[in-house]
Amino acid sequence: MMGVLENYILHLADNQLILGQRLAEWCGHGPVLEEDIALSNFALDNIGQATLLYKRVAEIEGAGKSEDDYAFLRSEREYFNFLAMELPNGDYAFTIARQYLFAEFYALYLSELTKSKDTFLAEYAVKSLKEVKYHVQHARDWVLRMGDGTEESHYRIQQAVNHIWNFTGEWFMDFETDLELMQSGVVPTNSKLLPEWQNEVQKTCLEATVVMPVSGWMHSGGRNGKHTEYMGHLLTPMQYLQRAHPNSKW
Amino acid sequence: MIQAEDIWQFLTEVEDPEIPVVNVIEMGIVRDVTYAQDKWVVSITPTYSGCPAMHAIEQDITELLSEKGLQHFEVKTILSPAWTTDWMTNEARMKLEAYGIAPPQKGSSDKALLMGKLRDVKCPRCKSYDTHMISQFGSTACKSLYKCESCLEPFDYFKCI
Repeated sequence: MMGVLENYILHLADNQLILGQRLAEWCGHGPVLEEDIALSNFALDNIGQATLLYKRVAEIEGAGKSEDDYAFLRSEREYFNFLAMELPNGDYAFTIARQYLFAEFYALYLSELTKSKDTFLAEYAVKSLKEVKYHVQHARDWVLRMGDGTEESHYRIQQAVNHIWNFTGEWFMDFETDLELMQSGVVPTNSKLLPEWQNEVQKTCLEATVVMPVSGWMHSGGRNGKHTEYMGHLLTPMQYLQRAHPNSKW
Repeated sequence: MIQAEDIWQFLTEVEDPEIPVVNVIEMGIVRDVTYAQDKWVVSITPTYSGCPAMHAIEQDITELLSEKGLQHFEVKTILSPAWTTDWMTNEARMKLEAYGIAPPQKGSSDKALLMGKLRDVKCPRCKSYDTHMISQFGSTACKSLYKCESCLEPFDYFKCI
């Protein structure tokens, strides 16, 4: 039986891996060369962070697993990433809307995580925050450019924000699985991050002339392994090699 | 008996695989060399979490130390304190510039710099400050792409982290 801390770190790692996998799909398909490179850079950050986190889970579990075992040999229900991470990339506006909203959340989250009583998590947070600040800056610039751009770009970014909005709710839920860690100061209490996140997002929306959606019913499930139908389709190409040729090496 | 200073000296032979003009010590990647429980431990820290050069660096260190006759050693990755461009030595900065990469400016940990305005970056070729950023993200995670308006050449800028 996996402990609560390992399970939680897997959740953090899975967010990074799945978002990284999605961003990597843009490689060679970006709208302009600079953006292609930017998204590949972010994917690299995400997958690098996932590697650090999976290694830590392996250390705690002590069963001699490697980061690749977690990435390539688990099935859909064993992944604990937020649903927003696995949604298809859509158009560039959708990718950017997800990048922006999640990076804004993750920067706040990591700032809190730097105070963690778990040394590894605190160290991970300090390291990753430096990278995530660049992600916020990049995505925010694009939200502004599209929102305050042409009629078409404005329409697309507004649609994108509306579409992703119902998937942001679970980022701010305090799941029962994690309460113990939250109460003992190991991880932040996500619900407490909501006001500041809304504040930051509102500022960006105002500047971008985008209407911030009103929060209503929210999707959730990823944290506990219940995914959208997109998850299996994402894992299939990602895991193909290790599934078809077990233990093959690069 | 090999001393820690010898190992530090050996490690100057390990180049950064992406920027072969600087070594891993000048880059601030090697954080510590210690001897404990009958083995040497070389602690290295990643520049960026996903930097692909880290694997190569770990391998290069392992190969080099084996060549030098060390039998019991470990190359360990540590995360804290998190790597910052401030740890690059002045020598490394000069070498970067001579190589055509504008070195990172000091004081990178400054939040205002990351989130706020960009500072003026000097062209490594003609030394003009009349430059502008073309893309914040370049050929590797640690570089941005710039263009010089004086000599019209594009160049890489090692961005602050």
